[in-house]
Amino acid sequence: MKLGHNTRSRVIIASSFLVALVLSILPWPVWTEQFRPDWVALVLIYWCIALPTRVGVGTAWSVGLILDVLYGSMLGENALAKSLIAFLAVRFHLQLRMFPRWQQAVVVLLLIAANNLLVLWIKHLAGQAPATWGYLTPSIVSMLLWPWLFVILRDIRRHGNVS
Amino acid sequence: MLQVSHWHIRAPSNLTRFLLLALLSVSLMLLDARGHHLQKIRAGLTVLFVPIQIVAAFPVRVGSAVIDFIRGDESLRKEIARLHAEQPILLARLEKFEAIEAENAHLRQLLGTSALVADRAVAAELLEVASEPYRHAVVIAKGAKDGLYLGQPVIDAYGIRGQVSEVGILQSTAILITDPSHAIPVQVNRNGLRAIAFGTGTADSVSIRYLTASADIKEGDLLVSSGIGGGFPFGYPVAKVVKIVNDPNESFLDISATPVAQLSHNKEVLLIWPAKSNIPADAKKPTDNNKPVVRNNPAEPKKPVATRKPAEASPPANAPRPAISEPAKPAEGEPPP
Repeated sequence: MKLGHNTRSRVIIASSFLVALVLSILPWPVWTEQFRPDWVALVLIYWCIALPTRVGVGTAWSVGLILDVLYGSMLGENALAKSLIAFLAVRFHLQLRMFPRWQQAVVVLLLIAANNLLVLWIKHLAGQAPATWGYLTPSIVSMLLWPWLFVILRDIRRHGNVS
Repeated sequence: MLQVSHWHIRAPSNLTRFLLLALLSVSLMLLDARGHHLQKIRAGLTVLFVPIQIVAAFPVRVGSAVIDFIRGDESLRKEIARLHAEQPILLARLEKFEAIEAENAHLRQLLGTSALVADRAVAAELLEVASEPYRHAVVIAKGAKDGLYLGQPVIDAYGIRGQVSEVGILQSTAILITDPSHAIPVQVNRNGLRAIAFGTGTADSVSIRYLTASADIKEGDLLVSSGIGGGFPFGYPVAKVVKIVNDPNESFLDISATPVAQLSHNKEVLLIWPAKSNIPADAKKPTDNNKPVVRNNPAEPKKPVATRKPAEASPPANAPRPAISEPAKPAEGEPPP
């Protein structure tokens, strides 16, 4: 029973990441592209706050690496950015749990903006950065989505009894 | 229920793990960016995660199938009629083109330069997946087994779309000419003035850099690939100049151009194998990519053909490029109005 519970938790967490990855490369009209929220980061932040013992820097790194492969970006680019998010989220997960939802959303904004700036910085070092502030719009969209996603993932966690 | 006490035990390990993984990421990036040592690993990983891409492409597939179903026979019949009407015109044009091509080859023989031979082209389907924000890439459903190679030109019916940036086993990635890491040597079709078109990261614009105010370039000029650098064959339409800004404070003109290929249409592309011994054998020798800009940019900081991966597409030394001896050859596929 213990093993079964453990496995089921893992499957549920892994599926949520898979859905986030699919959403990250789901094609949309070109003009919407700059508004695409950072699904992977959102899901990652939720699990890091809710279950920091289960999802942490290691998970973040692996998922980031998959994202790098799917995006065709430099290997390690998103992996580094996502593990930064996970590190900060796990580091402050106790405080974050106590925050009201909107305050969490602001933190999400900051985390994802840090993620985007790190990616932008790496791209700049590699000489392939687009010079535009639009790079930060995904973090704003992600912030607006956070409260809804939080509720959805919390319900999934409770129904699936993930811990 | 979540053991708070664990937090105190785990804290150092969390930081340590982050630092270790950060170090690993940085070394991965260095390996990937510098020597492309990770091609094999990346190809393997790509195959592993193809299912995710297939799932992501699924909705669009279903969507277009549904649309086809709703449109029904009537519109298909119309389309067939239109194509029937179009075909003779195209054939007639092609006939003439063949005659001109033969004449051109003959003249080139007289001049002692090598003839331009038609390139081999194969149509390839695209997998409808989005790329990273501000990167412009497409996934092609063909891979190494179909003979694709790094730096291979990707075109459509109207002009050059981009080049293959990553060859997988089953599928490959191509960056478009609008990708910020892409650059293509071009020349003005009207007078043969050479330049380089850089991707900007915005969907419908490339920028022409390092042309001085005295350069003979006008709005509306068609830019075709110049064939210098060896990656792209000569004479394919690339972009149309839309705006030229001459800021006296800047050393160079600020020129933006719109790609003539339909970059946002995710249907099908053509992969071409440039004729003659143009296929780069993953050459390690120093490229002469510097050539195209030397004229215009005495102080250009970064490498001119700044494509991240396909930059090795170096031309074989024996292939004389046509661009020098020839000021204004009409592009073979004059884009439709």
